[in-house]
Amino acid sequence: MKGFWAIILKEFSHIRRDPVTIFFTFMVPVIQLTIFGFAIDVTIDNIPLAVLDLDGRQDSRELVNALVNTHAFEVVERPRDAESFRRALTSGRAKVGILIPADYSERLLLREKAEVQVLIDGSDSQVATTALNTVNLLAMQMSVGRARTIGESMQVTAARNERGQASSPIEVRARLLYNPDLESSHFFVPGLIAIILQLVLLFLTSFSIVREREMGTLEQLFVTPVGRMGLLMGKLVPYAMMAFGELLIILVVMQVIFGVPVHGSLGLLLVLSGLYIVTVLGLGLLISTIARTQLEAVQLAFLIMLPSVFLSGFMFPRSEMIAPIRAIGYLLPVTYFVEIVRGVILRGADVVDMVPYILGLAVCCVVILSLSVRRFRKQLD
Amino acid sequence: MSEPVIRTEQLTRRFGSVLALSEVTLDVPRASIFGLLGPNGAGKSTLIRLLCGVLRPSEGRGFVLGFDIADQAEAIKQRIGYMSQRFSLYGDLSVIENIRFYGRIYGLSHKKQREREEAVIHLTGIGPYTDRLGSKLSGGWKQRLALACALIHEPEVLFLDEPTAGIDPVARRDLWDLLFELSHRGCTMFVTTHYMDEAERCTRVGYIYQAKLIALGNPDELKDSPEVTPPGTRRFEVSCSTPPAALARARHIPAIRDATLFGTDLHVLLDESLSPEALIEQIAPGDRAAAYRPIHPTLEDVFVTLSRRQSLRAAS
Repeated sequence: MKGFWAIILKEFSHIRRDPVTIFFTFMVPVIQLTIFGFAIDVTIDNIPLAVLDLDGRQDSRELVNALVNTHAFEVVERPRDAESFRRALTSGRAKVGILIPADYSERLLLREKAEVQVLIDGSDSQVATTALNTVNLLAMQMSVGRARTIGESMQVTAARNERGQASSPIEVRARLLYNPDLESSHFFVPGLIAIILQLVLLFLTSFSIVREREMGTLEQLFVTPVGRMGLLMGKLVPYAMMAFGELLIILVVMQVIFGVPVHGSLGLLLVLSGLYIVTVLGLGLLISTIARTQLEAVQLAFLIMLPSVFLSGFMFPRSEMIAPIRAIGYLLPVTYFVEIVRGVILRGADVVDMVPYILGLAVCCVVILSLSVRRFRKQLD
Repeated sequence: MSEPVIRTEQLTRRFGSVLALSEVTLDVPRASIFGLLGPNGAGKSTLIRLLCGVLRPSEGRGFVLGFDIADQAEAIKQRIGYMSQRFSLYGDLSVIENIRFYGRIYGLSHKKQREREEAVIHLTGIGPYTDRLGSKLSGGWKQRLALACALIHEPEVLFLDEPTAGIDPVARRDLWDLLFELSHRGCTMFVTTHYMDEAERCTRVGYIYQAKLIALGNPDELKDSPEVTPPGTRRFEVSCSTPPAALARARHIPAIRDATLFGTDLHVLLDESLSPEALIEQIAPGDRAAAYRPIHPTLEDVFVTLSRRQSLRAAS
């Protein structure tokens, strides 16, 4: 134990003089605990719901209100026709669609069975299961309630009701879309594309520049007439190409090993992946303009990676997050790309469906690139 | 005489509130070797970086080959070579790959590239190691590789930031022979160093102390300058059996303007009012082995004297 105190005191001197380490030890856990604690809420409510109410009368409104009152759903859209109803689902704006037929009220009045069609996006098995159970349970409750009311008004009781002949007045016909077997791999694997690409690219690009800074080779390059853009593009293009190759490998593995087919257009997927790759390269470049050492680059990359995993919707449904934390997700390009890969691969979404996410990603791309390119100077100060 | 290759006027650079270089004015004629000396952190590297166009001056002006360092940096970069104090080439590329990389950076034509490769390999003698990885070279050979890369585009000026730091004496001598050869071919050199023997070999030297250029001239001029050996004083080398004790005594004698240990000897700047015999009597009483001889100041004497004076001036 000789020298124990000497080492301990020395270590604390190091720590005291290194504000970054202090920040990472004390502040980052607090921030992350708060953010992720709010984000990781396993009870699922506020599932985005699209309502196509062809009936529109009191009974159908009651049904919708009852759904909302479960807190499991939140009406995000009330499409007017079948086409926009379908779009609401393929675009991912709504995870559940409820279609109330035009004769819903009549049928109830005539004591015929009223069928309500419920379409559930099966991509996320967690959300889909909750939606399915809630809808079924609600339909049962409403049926029982209605049966009791009618029984009372007719001076009969349900208890001595006939078995087999009667059917519940409201029947929910639920259909799981996109991932009927509710396989969680179908949900996670496409999202993983976004996460893996970001992880690899962020480290590769930021390291490749910061390493040159650490080694002094960047300074040597600054003294040559190499152009700023020449240096920048020369450093980034090889990694963009590697990332694209990596993407192709992941897509093959996804289909062959996990059996997740690409339902939408492969071309669209590749073009948007290209946009994403460029954006993440910019993010890596941004890190390299801030970090002086490879260690700092790792720390900064983690600062981006953690919210990317937890807040982008990759792991936990974003509809569950409280607003300020959901807002953080909007700052991350990966949030938009997770939606894009899931939309195109699982739901067969097309460009029109993806417009908001493509716009979001494009804005991220422009902002990040212009910021990082401006920060990247061919000078030492 | 033709326009100097490097010229600065009151060149100043601040980093935040820190003054890294203060009002440096100097010029370097073509094909000369300019040696810049000074302690670590005095501003040597800052000056080199300013002249290479990778730092912008805070105040003052500077010209390299007639181009303004503030707004014509890219034109300068095409015409200069730079070798930094650290090995700043790619350790995971081979010698020839490093050389070719720099050739491409400077946009040499294919034919020119081949020609220059051969020339710099021949000049630096790195031929036997062309396929070796940069990281596997010894210190001296790393510096030769760095020199080869810095020379690939036939620069008119070569900036060398402590090129011989940390390499063995033989490699050091060889490197300097190379520099002389280059200088004879018309290449202008701007070298920083800590070694006085290297400074002695320069055509002109400058000494930076606390961000200021406090000495500038050729080595002989500096040694003869009245600032170093003021009128009415003489320099002596004193050998005695206990030099540290002698130095301690010397500090209390007003007639001794300056005293410094040089190996086992003492260099003393003595006022003419005190004879050297009396000096020995006072600083090494009873020492039979004690002896003295008059000397010319070395460059080190020059820099030590001027640094002390500058410190005193700054303090008062």
